[in-house]
Amino acid sequence: MSMNNQGRPSGIGNVGSGFASTSGSALLPNEPLLFEIGDTEHSGVDLPDVTISGSRLGGFERKMPLDLAGLTEPEAMRHYVRLSRLNHSIDSGMYPLGSCTMKHNPRLNEKMARLPGFADIHPLQPVSTVQGALELMNQLSHWLMTLTNTAAVALTPKAGAHGELLGMMAIKAAQDAAGQSHRNIVLVPESAHGTNPATAAFLGYTVKPIPARDDGTVDVQAVKDALSPDVAAIMLTNPNTCGLFEPQVIEIAEAVHQAGAFFYCDGANFNAIMGVVRPGDLGIDAMHINLHKTFSTPHGGGGPGAGPVVLSAALAPFAPVPFVRKTADGLELVEHAEGEALGRITAFQGQMGMYVRALTYMLSHGGDGLAQAAEDAVLNANYIKARLQHAFSVPFGDYPTMHEALFDDSFLAGTGVTTLDFAKALIDEGFHPMTMYFPLVVHGAMLIEPTESESKQTLDRFCDVMEELAIDAKAGNKDRFTAAPLKAPRRRLDETRAARSPILKWERPDALPKAAE
Amino acid sequence: MTTKYTPDHEYIRVEGSTGIVGITQYAQEQLGDIVFVELPAIGKVLKKGDEAAVVESVKAASEIYAPVAGTVTEVNEALGGEPGLINQAPDSTGWIYKIAIADTAELDALLDDAAYADLTK
Amino acid sequence: MRYLPHSDAERAEMLGVIGATSVEALFSAVPTRALKTFDLGLPAHSPEFLVEAHMRALSAKNHSGGDGPFFVGAGAYRHHVPASVDHLIQRSEWLTAYTPYQPEISQGTLQMLFEFQTQVAKLTGMDVANASLYDGSTGTAEAVLMARRLTRRNKIVLSGGLHPHYRDVVKAYLKDDADLECLSASPEGQGDILDHIDEQTAAIVIQTPDFYGHLRNLKTAADAAHAKGALLIVVITEIVSLGLLEAPGAYGADIVVAEGQSIGNALNFGGPYLGLMATRKEFIRQMPGRVCGETVDADGQRGFVLTLSTREQHIRREKATSNICTNSGLCALAFSIHMALLGEAGFTRLARLNHERASALADALGKVAGVELLNKTFFNEMTIRVGKPAAGVIEALAQRGILGGVPVSRLEPDDPDVTNLIVLAATELTTDADIAALCAALSEELQ
Repeated sequence: MSMNNQGRPSGIGNVGSGFASTSGSALLPNEPLLFEIGDTEHSGVDLPDVTISGSRLGGFERKMPLDLAGLTEPEAMRHYVRLSRLNHSIDSGMYPLGSCTMKHNPRLNEKMARLPGFADIHPLQPVSTVQGALELMNQLSHWLMTLTNTAAVALTPKAGAHGELLGMMAIKAAQDAAGQSHRNIVLVPESAHGTNPATAAFLGYTVKPIPARDDGTVDVQAVKDALSPDVAAIMLTNPNTCGLFEPQVIEIAEAVHQAGAFFYCDGANFNAIMGVVRPGDLGIDAMHINLHKTFSTPHGGGGPGAGPVVLSAALAPFAPVPFVRKTADGLELVEHAEGEALGRITAFQGQMGMYVRALTYMLSHGGDGLAQAAEDAVLNANYIKARLQHAFSVPFGDYPTMHEALFDDSFLAGTGVTTLDFAKALIDEGFHPMTMYFPLVVHGAMLIEPTESESKQTLDRFCDVMEELAIDAKAGNKDRFTAAPLKAPRRRLDETRAARSPILKWERPDALPKAAE
Repeated sequence: MTTKYTPDHEYIRVEGSTGIVGITQYAQEQLGDIVFVELPAIGKVLKKGDEAAVVESVKAASEIYAPVAGTVTEVNEALGGEPGLINQAPDSTGWIYKIAIADTAELDALLDDAAYADLTK
Repeated sequence: MRYLPHSDAERAEMLGVIGATSVEALFSAVPTRALKTFDLGLPAHSPEFLVEAHMRALSAKNHSGGDGPFFVGAGAYRHHVPASVDHLIQRSEWLTAYTPYQPEISQGTLQMLFEFQTQVAKLTGMDVANASLYDGSTGTAEAVLMARRLTRRNKIVLSGGLHPHYRDVVKAYLKDDADLECLSASPEGQGDILDHIDEQTAAIVIQTPDFYGHLRNLKTAADAAHAKGALLIVVITEIVSLGLLEAPGAYGADIVVAEGQSIGNALNFGGPYLGLMATRKEFIRQMPGRVCGETVDADGQRGFVLTLSTREQHIRREKATSNICTNSGLCALAFSIHMALLGEAGFTRLARLNHERASALADALGKVAGVELLNKTFFNEMTIRVGKPAAGVIEALAQRGILGGVPVSRLEPDDPDVTNLIVLAATELTTDADIAALCAALSEELQ
């Protein structure tokens, strides 16, 4: 035999007892702050240093030092690549955050959004020079209206909450126009997203909570009891935040309309029903659609999103500007409110970058693929529910869920392990935690939304880990949970300290007083 | 000197016609670390049940209601720099505000020590 | 379908585990009259190359910034973004992460936001900044509401130099509000706001450089506002200007709102953009939007978390400072990387180059017969008056392949005084040849 005597030892050998690393582990570095590695002289951009003769700055020249740290390109690449490695992401592992629809973000979307005809056009350049962009907005609108069976869509809202605001503004405008401005109450089920009551209150409405039934859905009778001539609208999420389709949604819509009020639907969970159920058939008057959830535009660590709002015929005249309109000579952009329209809710045409990505996604899937995606999302959630319901506790009995599986914390009773501890232990197993403590109507809620993007193999691995954790918690191995996470870049962070004396920016360390020599 | 309680876990310690209002030991435990207290303006006139102050923990903001009607005469400024006083000693250094009680008869409707202890059992 | 992992066999197997006979059974809560009772009539799924061809055809119908001389500004600016910025923001760990609610596995995003907040605070000369809002216009509306909460007063005065779309957004947010005073357009840069401040005023809103390009005196505005107990909200649509101009904080601004698109972000036909907001330390509890703060972990290591969350909708619900949830995280990342690549040295050079290019444009326009330059001061944007309605002139220039600026009438159709005005911007991308082409075409069109 030939033997390579340069071979490396492959056993563990004597590695010693370990040491406290100050720079993080091999592939998960502790990265200093930009301001600790850069300085005001370095720059990663070459620009000519021009002199200005006769400045026209009117004496307002900067005197306060900028003190902005700069990095050359190799330093910047390393700083941001190293920082990025401290993040969990969809591409690196399952991200089963309930209510957030963390599905795969196709890269074709990114490529298309960067075509110069979309990325390098100005919102105020002549309309004759952006006909392709208007056509794209028109096509996206067609898909959204078709999928929801509604009469109109306002594309401009910048995110879901912005869409809610617009939808409720449209309702207010419609009621003002009809001499119904006394209507000052908005009904919001207790299970709603926090943005719903925040939006209603923002517009001056009084929020009247509707309690959830024991089965997690809204009782049509409770809605009827709460309706009055002073009610402006109901804001209802469907499928709701417990992951359930509201079985009486049509009756609720009818009761709401009969009372002269509008039905605002929070469309955050549209992924469960796209192509399968059209919200317009359920009687909704307005619904925002989170393109960054349902139509796969990336979440980007918190945004940007886009929240187009579909509107019923009754609300269509109150859509905001700008919007695209077909004329004999092509497409025009209507930029000024006509009649009762409510004006403008953002400076320009909204999130064009998201429109491109969403339409690309829709064309890729087609109508058939979108319905299949919704069905797979529902299938996956039910699969998780079926696999875990014996080890976990299901708050709302044994019937199908939609795109989310919801558990409460009663299976942890007496273990000393909380929902938070359980979620943090999941981090050590390589999964992002589920949504916790939401919806509020369920004690210690764990809301799991796998989306259609997860393979059966991944779902099985996730369920195996979840099951093993549940067994371990019940077996009394509390420490594994309360100490978790141990394998993440950071252990639990002191949020009390952060909130009591907030440090919200980097400050140059004070020059230390010189010691007497 | 008597102390009365609301079912919402405020206490009011009565000293003559002045009441010292804070949250109970039980409430403090439920809320966890208090990180911020929004104090009422001195001179603010409150009806029974009005929102008088807000205490915030990391994950929750809780309104503190007026146990009785009256006028705010003094607030615990120390909570501005040290909101944790409410955790350390809610019934002494962690008091929140003082109120000139408009009608002492309103106190009768509040819970006494025994009734409050019963409530939090 | 390339994005859906299951085979039909796997679907059947999963249904077996669930104990359902079909996928339809999982939708049993849906009223039957609403479940798949329709034909959508939408096209079927499509391979990547066909989708790409479709999108490319749409893109090709647009005249993009690189296709010819470009002078469009008015709230969005065409700047060069280094290649490394776009490469970095497309890394999976940045692009496909959610809001950093689990700090232990989100330190990348959180540290970046902390650095971003620091950069914004330094640029504006303010104590603190948030982790971004949707854009400058919605940020302005949020600032107005914030000022009302802080002062417990209602009257808001908007300068006539404020971007008309920003004014319209504030109007929509404050619908039917009698306490909103919008001053008429001031294309000559005339100081217009100081006489409108009284004891009921919550805030005055001043943009600088203003919509018409003029630089406004923030010091006198701050002093006048503060003398009446009102706040000064400063709006900036061209953030590059802060490389040369004094920070609003140095003049006494109380809230600074800016559009951050110019740094790191493409024009994108209007979005996504990046709202910046900075304020005084004592006002942070009324500031909307997410905020990141420094702390330590269980081992005492430095780390970052979202903090002061009790202001936000997911906790405070109807008592929140704003309903905002999703923000402009990835745009903030692009901004922060670009700003780190620039550094103080590069940012200052960039600003100087912009001002130099704009000066060249102003000098050249001044020599075109029939063009009157309205600006004595400017940074990289200015207003000209021409001898005929500007909209037609701009359209005619576009037919020649020149995007020659924005006719003010497009934003102010009801104001006859602005019919002949054009707002133009120059940036580091503006060449001498571009300027020469514009001036030649203009002088022909104006004959």
